[in-house]
Amino acid sequence: MSLASPVKKGYVRPLDLKHGRVDMGHGAGGRAMAQLISELFAAAFANEHLDRGDDVAVLPAPAPGDRLVVATDAHVVSPLFFPGGDIGCLSVHGTVNDLAVMGARPLYLAASFILEEGFPLAELARIVQSMAHASREAGVPVVTGDTKVVEQGKGDGVFITTTGVGALPAGREIGGANARPGDAILVSGTLGDHGMAIMAQRESLAFDSEIASDTAALHGLVAAMLEAVPTIRVLRDPTRGGLATTLNEIATQSGVGMDLDEAAIPVHPQVAAACELLGLDPLYVANEGKLIAICAAEDAERLLATMRAHPLGQRAARIGTVTADPNAFVQIRTAFGGRRMVDWLSGEQLPRIC
Amino acid sequence: MKYVDEFRDGALAAKLAEAIAREADPGRRYAFMEFCGGHTHAISRYGVTDLLPANVRMIHGPGCPVCVLPIGRIDMAIRLALARPDVTICTYGDCLRVPASDGLSLLKAKARGADIRMVYSAADALALAQKMPDREVVFFAIGFETTTPPTALVLRQAQALGHANFSVLCNHVLTPSAILTILESPEVRELGTVPLDGFIGPAHVSTIIGSRPYAFFAEEYRKPVVIAGFEPLDVMQAIRMLIRQVNEGRAEVENEFTRAVTPDGNLKAQAIVSEVFEPRRSFEWRGLREVPYSALRIRGPFAAWDAEAKFGLEFVSVPDNRACECGAILRGVKTPTDCKLFGTVCTPENPMGSCMVSSEGACAAHYNYGRFRDVPVVAGMTR
Ligand code: SF4
Repeated sequence: MSLASPVKKGYVRPLDLKHGRVDMGHGAGGRAMAQLISELFAAAFANEHLDRGDDVAVLPAPAPGDRLVVATDAHVVSPLFFPGGDIGCLSVHGTVNDLAVMGARPLYLAASFILEEGFPLAELARIVQSMAHASREAGVPVVTGDTKVVEQGKGDGVFITTTGVGALPAGREIGGANARPGDAILVSGTLGDHGMAIMAQRESLAFDSEIASDTAALHGLVAAMLEAVPTIRVLRDPTRGGLATTLNEIATQSGVGMDLDEAAIPVHPQVAAACELLGLDPLYVANEGKLIAICAAEDAERLLATMRAHPLGQRAARIGTVTADPNAFVQIRTAFGGRRMVDWLSGEQLPRIC
Repeated sequence: MKYVDEFRDGALAAKLAEAIAREADPGRRYAFMEFCGGHTHAISRYGVTDLLPANVRMIHGPGCPVCVLPIGRIDMAIRLALARPDVTICTYGDCLRVPASDGLSLLKAKARGADIRMVYSAADALALAQKMPDREVVFFAIGFETTTPPTALVLRQAQALGHANFSVLCNHVLTPSAILTILESPEVRELGTVPLDGFIGPAHVSTIIGSRPYAFFAEEYRKPVVIAGFEPLDVMQAIRMLIRQVNEGRAEVENEFTRAVTPDGNLKAQAIVSEVFEPRRSFEWRGLREVPYSALRIRGPFAAWDAEAKFGLEFVSVPDNRACECGAILRGVKTPTDCKLFGTVCTPENPMGSCMVSSEGACAAHYNYGRFRDVPVVAGMTR
């Protein structure tokens, strides 16, 4: 993202952020692009690395012994704005959380925008502001970036890819393959809020209530958790595919089974009601501000207390136990008193008819 | 989970389970078919099987509209959408993934450029046609008696408002004929060879057609029918009522779902349906083959809104895999694990037969929710 604008102030009209629209010129590498970058992106994300205006960010090496972790995530969400957030803050939180659940300290973000010709600059500005706010709040600056414009009809308004760099302290080993029989399974709060907020908005379902996305950066919560229990074995953010998919991934990676207690799994009543209406299972609905933690049984209570003491973990709950099962089956005791599997989803979860 | 309401109360379920265990005669076996996919879903989703004594077995019937839709009908929609770029196909989400011929599905056809959209109701499809006057909008209608009245309504509306760019590809099917086919199958007819001791009657379907259409099965075939709601406690209560009937040698139609079902059903809805639709002489069901008078087609006065007539669509039958045991499973003669293809060749990602298509089908329900029971070491696990 080159910032040195060849545009001399006073000779050009500033970007019309109120009524203007993205046009092909904003991606053509000329004056219009330079203007977009300096007046919108650079102004919003301003920090010492980005402000240098080079095409790369030059960053200090991490502390001796730390390892570098990198994560990248493309964000394509429709609608772009939803109760509780928008694609901008989501693109920050998503990548920050990918780093955080490895136990890494998120340091920097790179952002790449694909804009569709005709997209209102006012909405773009809203998205960029929200992103800048999220990145400042998380303390993880956007230090470099890129912008491309595609013809009308070839994009969905805005796509954002964010890449994050973090530092992983020596000796910290958190990973999906570490779960062991007897371990406790914890979640940080109610499930399905993000996915249901999006779906309610997209299908313009007339719910009485506002279901808001839970999108949030989790590294603060993770830091507190690791301080209380440094030996946490697995952390994962159950995004697309929800809790069910994430637990199946971990069970497969670790070669263990899982035994869940449905009555203990927190679900917001409005999310449950909306799921019911659409014939969806909240266990498979996406989250953007929740995490799953697996730790030794003896550490579970301490970890749970720490989570609950944090604003993002108030409704944390212990929802089950890791079992010895070479089939890697995730099972659940239903609130009704029976048992079933919580299997991988086949395809995308679609609303049921009849 | 916090939506445990009065119909899902675990403590009540435990009490009902005790009552069922008390009433079920240990000296005999009970096999009941829940016809409807909604019940199959409730049984699997809440683990109802675990609350039943070992001698009470539930058989998952053919009542999932997506599962029984023959491949050839989806092919019709896909062929139309691919051949005519001016056509938009709208359908319920469930239909999108059903595998069709040539490795396609509506979802995959969409990826190849066909304009296929998911809607929540027939009315949404008509609204789309109004919004896009220069496109041909075709509603791919599926479902049992429950979803038929809304389709009939939009057909009437389309006619009244003169929406020439809207039409319906009608795949609506009828519950009683399917039950009849199961009872008429040779295995079930020869008394004793198939343990089918009674039916749980559909919930939503019965709100439309009422409880009367089932009287015939109870009388003619000596099979008790209990109409039940879709909540797991409804299902358990119905099972208890069926056990009682069997024990007492009765075969009657009973209604557990009195909060919604009456003997005559919804007469207004029935009138609209018969104004717009008439029975097809025969219709192919996936898993049951041709079933006489088991589906509806659009009546002559509405031919201009009948996609089959409008676009000259032909049905070509496409057989399931030869090894597929769906037919036998739907009749209660076999269970999913009796099929050689189960879980190996045939999985929810790549279904070979109808029972694996939607999670309300017998094979998919067992695969997704219950296959841990097939593995001894895991089945023995307790907490
Ligand atoms: S496992 Fe597949 S092939 Fe076998 S009966 Fe079931 S659906 Fe048919």
